[in-house]
Amino acid sequence: MLEITFKRQNRILTVYLKGELDHHAVLKVKETIDLQLVKSPVALLILDMSAVTFMDSSGVGLIVGRYNKMKSLGGSMKIANPGLNILKVLKMSGLSRLMEIS
Amino acid sequence: MQPINRMKIEFESKSVNESFARIVAAAFASQLDPTLEELADLKTAVSEAVTNAIIHGYEQKEGTIYMECILYEDSITVIIEDHGVGIEDIEKARIPAFTSKPELERAGMGFAIMESFMDSLDIESQKGAGTKITMTKKFKKR
Repeated sequence: MLEITFKRQNRILTVYLKGELDHHAVLKVKETIDLQLVKSPVALLILDMSAVTFMDSSGVGLIVGRYNKMKSLGGSMKIANPGLNILKVLKMSGLSRLMEIS
Repeated sequence: MQPINRMKIEFESKSVNESFARIVAAAFASQLDPTLEELADLKTAVSEAVTNAIIHGYEQKEGTIYMECILYEDSITVIIEDHGVGIEDIEKARIPAFTSKPELERAGMGFAIMESFMDSLDIESQKGAGTKITMTKKFKKR
């Protein structure tokens, strides 16, 4: 099971994911984040991945989708605290060239 | 090389089984005492193959997925098979960032990840008959 929690500060939305991010989990995460994005304006979306223990290319699709959405809304997106195995998938997919990973 | 152990399971084409399949493969591979990184690579590749079978092979409808794992002294071969729609153009499917279902927000990285995280990847597919993925991961001697 994947848990999702949020923190809003001004126009920064931080999304904390906990668990395994695969195709099974992605749909719920996508809907939950997109709902937050329409609730009130967000200029920066931060995806905190410190508690994500597994991610495959379904997670990459989710991130690219949210990145494109933020861009179309005139905002930006960052990824925070990915573990080594997650970072490997992010780098291999070229996401590290698309957005800031810290 | 002679196999030292082998197992085969079948399960329904349901997304909840993605984690089941990768955990089973990793648990079986653990007999060879791989590193955590090697296990993570194996889990990711298995997850990609099973997800492909569910989304593309069976187009998110009912079906059975077969997974066979064969252990050798220093490697594992994983065979993941579906009897779904098959792949129209394997070469195209292997291109990173290509996806036949852009509406699903897929990254199109499945085969690229399997290829990069495993030591070999073989794709056999026949339109209307299904797809068989055979991939091998070598584990470093410790």
